[in-house]
Amino acid sequence: MPDGLAEVFRREAGRCTATLIRVLGDVDLAEDAVAEAFAIAAERWPVTGVPPNPGGWITTTARNRAIDRLRREATRDERHRAAHHLQSLHVDPDDRPELADLDAFVDVVPDDQLRLMFLCCHPALHPDAQVALTLRLLGGLETGEIARAFLVPEPTMAQRIVRAKRKLRDNRAPYRIPTDAELPDRLPPVLAAIYLVFTAGHTATGDELVRVDLATEAIRLARALAELMPDEPEALGLLALLLLTDARRPARLAPDGSMVPLHHQDRRRWDRAMIDEGQALVRACRRRGGPGPYQVQAAIAGVHAEAATAADTDWARIVALYDLLLALRPSPVVALNRAVAVAERDGPAAGLAALEAIDLAPLERYQPLHAVRADLLARVGRTDEAGQAYDRAIELSANPVEARFLATRRAALP
Amino acid sequence: MAQYLLSVWHDEDFSLDELPPDFERIHAQVSAFNEELAAASAEVFAGGLHPAASATVVRPSDGEVSITDGPYAESKEIMGGFWVIEAPDLDAALEWARKAALACEGPVEVRPFQGA
Repeated sequence: MPDGLAEVFRREAGRCTATLIRVLGDVDLAEDAVAEAFAIAAERWPVTGVPPNPGGWITTTARNRAIDRLRREATRDERHRAAHHLQSLHVDPDDRPELADLDAFVDVVPDDQLRLMFLCCHPALHPDAQVALTLRLLGGLETGEIARAFLVPEPTMAQRIVRAKRKLRDNRAPYRIPTDAELPDRLPPVLAAIYLVFTAGHTATGDELVRVDLATEAIRLARALAELMPDEPEALGLLALLLLTDARRPARLAPDGSMVPLHHQDRRRWDRAMIDEGQALVRACRRRGGPGPYQVQAAIAGVHAEAATAADTDWARIVALYDLLLALRPSPVVALNRAVAVAERDGPAAGLAALEAIDLAPLERYQPLHAVRADLLARVGRTDEAGQAYDRAIELSANPVEARFLATRRAALP
Repeated sequence: MAQYLLSVWHDEDFSLDELPPDFERIHAQVSAFNEELAAASAEVFAGGLHPAASATVVRPSDGEVSITDGPYAESKEIMGGFWVIEAPDLDAALEWARKAALACEGPVEVRPFQGA
């Protein structure tokens, strides 16, 4: 694929697919039509040049191809098959153009992208399948790329995607935006899927380039969701969280590939534009006054972002935000993060006391717990216990960069 | 319209001889759910089953069959009853399942029928 086309593809594939699913009522037909249109573009554009509105060109071409195909099937007396295609997803009759009206239909409807997000993240699907479908249909990623990003064999990922699509089809999952009453159940899986895409990109354990791309893709999806649902504070909160976290990326890895913890990062290398956008979103959320877990996490990232040095961090504010997060979404991981903030505010002994107040059993195999304990134990001079905790943390580390970092810390124990 | 099977599941030790203390409450809730389903013309067919100990399994073997004491699946959970409902799409079916699960105070599985 020529460079220009690859860029158009990444930007437009999801939107075109989303609209064609509504028109055709079938995910596979829509995917095929969009792929066909891009194949035609790959032949023609190097000769004719990229058209002024490449996305519109792709959507129109894909639509025309799909209509041709449906008409061929209709005239070949395969009406049954065509009809079957047109019923596999339940599209509201008001939303679906008649076959005869398809010629008049050109524009991509922004709502279609939202419909597709809710379809991909339908709660009837397993979270892994939600993430895979989101990347496949909205991100336009190849199955192989998704498989590499999530460290599973390609046939496994292909089967996961096929099964998810079949489940939606067999169940006649509707292609529509949930009502306000349904949103409390339907929005969280969409937010969670985008967040999972981001964390897969952010915690570099596999092919570095693919994963960086995933973080960017997650921000693109979060931005689209925030634009489509501007009244949902959690959608804004998610975008803010991703921006404020990704802003630290340039300072997260040392030149030798080792991980630099927040404390030691060169904050001048943080991406100011991303931070400013994220902070503006956090403020917009606060004015709305409907706090949720993503907004609070964004606010925490925002407190870090506004501190010129680690020592300048307003730890009291961070502890207060963790208290709020614990009230909204109690979890041992959040409690662990709160204990870290307490240690910063009141010293390592207070941090250890906060840690001991948590039921740590569910975190026994959670690497960060042992890394945090090791650090706090070292700081209060309990060196032997710190060494054991470092050993456990290194043992549980899935990431060689992280393991190297911990080994360095362990070696520095007195 | 599509058709869906809504099945409700309970532990294998459920018995009609020793009704649990909350049986009466659940029975009233399920009756109310049935009435709502009927009023919406969404019910195709529904029924409650005798406990799993009442089951018999018939297996084919060389053109003959063998008959044995059931149930077939060795499972801690047993299907206790079901509804066949008519709904325009999955989300509508899931909304009925939500009400059914709350009425039965137990898990409800939703599966679409083929070709319906």
